[in-house]
Amino acid sequence: MAAPGELRFQEFEEAAELLSATPNATTPRAGDAAVDVDPEEGKPGDDTDTTELLAGQRRPHGFWTFEYYQAFFDVDTQQVLERIKGSVTPLPGKNFVRHHLRNNPDLYGPFWICATLALALAISGNLSHLTEKRAAPAYRYSPQFHNVTIAATLVYCYAWLVPLGLWGLLRWRQSHGAGAFTFLQTVCVYGYSLSAYVPTAWLLLALAALLSASVLAITFWPLLRADGRATALAGVAAVVALHALLAVGCKLYFFQQPPSAGPAPSPPHPAPGTEGLRSRAPQLPGANGSLPSARPAR
Amino acid sequence: FTGLADVSISEDIPVEGEITVPVGSRSPDEDFSTLDEPVRDTIMRDLKAVGKKFVHVMYPKKSSALLRDWDLWGPLVLCVSLALMLQGGSADSKEDGGPQFAEVFVIIWFGAVVITLNSKLLGGTISFFQSLCVLGYCVLPLTVAMLVCRLVLLAGSGTISFIIRLIVVVAMFGWSTLASTAFLADSQPPNRKALVVYPIFLFYFVISWMILTFTPQ
Repeated sequence: MAAPGELRFQEFEEAAELLSATPNATTPRAGDAAVDVDPEEGKPGDDTDTTELLAGQRRPHGFWTFEYYQAFFDVDTQQVLERIKGSVTPLPGKNFVRHHLRNNPDLYGPFWICATLALALAISGNLSHLTEKRAAPAYRYSPQFHNVTIAATLVYCYAWLVPLGLWGLLRWRQSHGAGAFTFLQTVCVYGYSLSAYVPTAWLLLALAALLSASVLAITFWPLLRADGRATALAGVAAVVALHALLAVGCKLYFFQQPPSAGPAPSPPHPAPGTEGLRSRAPQLPGANGSLPSARPAR
Repeated sequence: FTGLADVSISEDIPVEGEITVPVGSRSPDEDFSTLDEPVRDTIMRDLKAVGKKFVHVMYPKKSSALLRDWDLWGPLVLCVSLALMLQGGSADSKEDGGPQFAEVFVIIWFGAVVITLNSKLLGGTISFFQSLCVLGYCVLPLTVAMLVCRLVLLAGSGTISFIIRLIVVVAMFGWSTLASTAFLADSQPPNRKALVVYPIFLFYFVISWMILTFTPQ
């Protein structure tokens, strides 16, 4: 643990990790006793705590306090927009974490980008279903509302569990001295990289997968490179494959409705949600082979 | 002190008239007096408060009545009526139908809670239930839109009715978002207003989408 008098940028990460490991260990400083017992509902007393927090003094609160989570939302509108712009323009020179996040990873971006993405997927699926059935003489539009819940589950599982796996892998390999990112930074990068999916919807799904996969690859390349080229290539390939699987899964589930029946979407209910989770081993020929077989009309 | 309930301060939100009113000694008096009054008076008072808030939503000026005397009756009534009106839509099979009652209910309340948490995490100064109250009351224009849509659909479901419904829903969606933004944006730090408004936009967009894609049996 660092000396209490020194405030270096690394301190917050170590303290946060130590705190998550031992939840009851709070650094004893003056005036902290009253802060930690605030319940999650905001009371007027929270305002003074948040102003201290926003002044740059990153005091590690317990994870049961409201202020702990408030530290993850410490971003301005400009910062969020810059991060989104940085996530859709993969430049090999700028590492997303070092350049944009700069020790201030936030959860606002990942959470709301996932929400927007789930919504965009569901709506695009609805629209494609609409245009497909419009030609049929017995045309009846059905909203297919359950797409939204499935889309939300899929996107959120992907955005949280895959970074967890990647972070675990990087931590496991940390003995090589590469210096891993924290879990939060990993989640943050993944969340912002998903923003590339949102405006393109179903027309440019493959291009979006390529774009965000390359951003991720560039971000994580320096870390994985320390392990030797074979492991690095395997790691990046796994990341890219999972991204491609997400794209393919979304496309197959939401946009290719068989014209015969409505109940067809219901049997694959469990499949898309767990597809991204089960395939930790990269199935490269299977995943990339099914991309060209998608309908050319879309 | 019943006259104080009707005062709505338009411009200066932080300056209130309650400094001179000792809240502690007010409530026992109120309890004694409201216990004896007929039930009709109690109900009418609550209904009037709810109705006044409806008026504030339809003509959003910078009044603090919505924030000060928050209540959740109005949002409950609106949510239930919206969910009931969205009920009749179904399709070829039961699974592909429109949202069920419970789904609409959960979406509205869960969405409102998430937006409130989001605005509080970003450093907002509004309280939890005040924010829920505002978001719930601003569903009123969309409920009106749903009513209009159902009436239009009774007349027919061709392209013209779709265009009318689209215009009505878009207009009411804009009204809802602007009304809630007018009430909520002031309590946020100035460089984060857009971060708070965007989820509200998404929330009303989802509700508008459900209304627009409603097809009756």
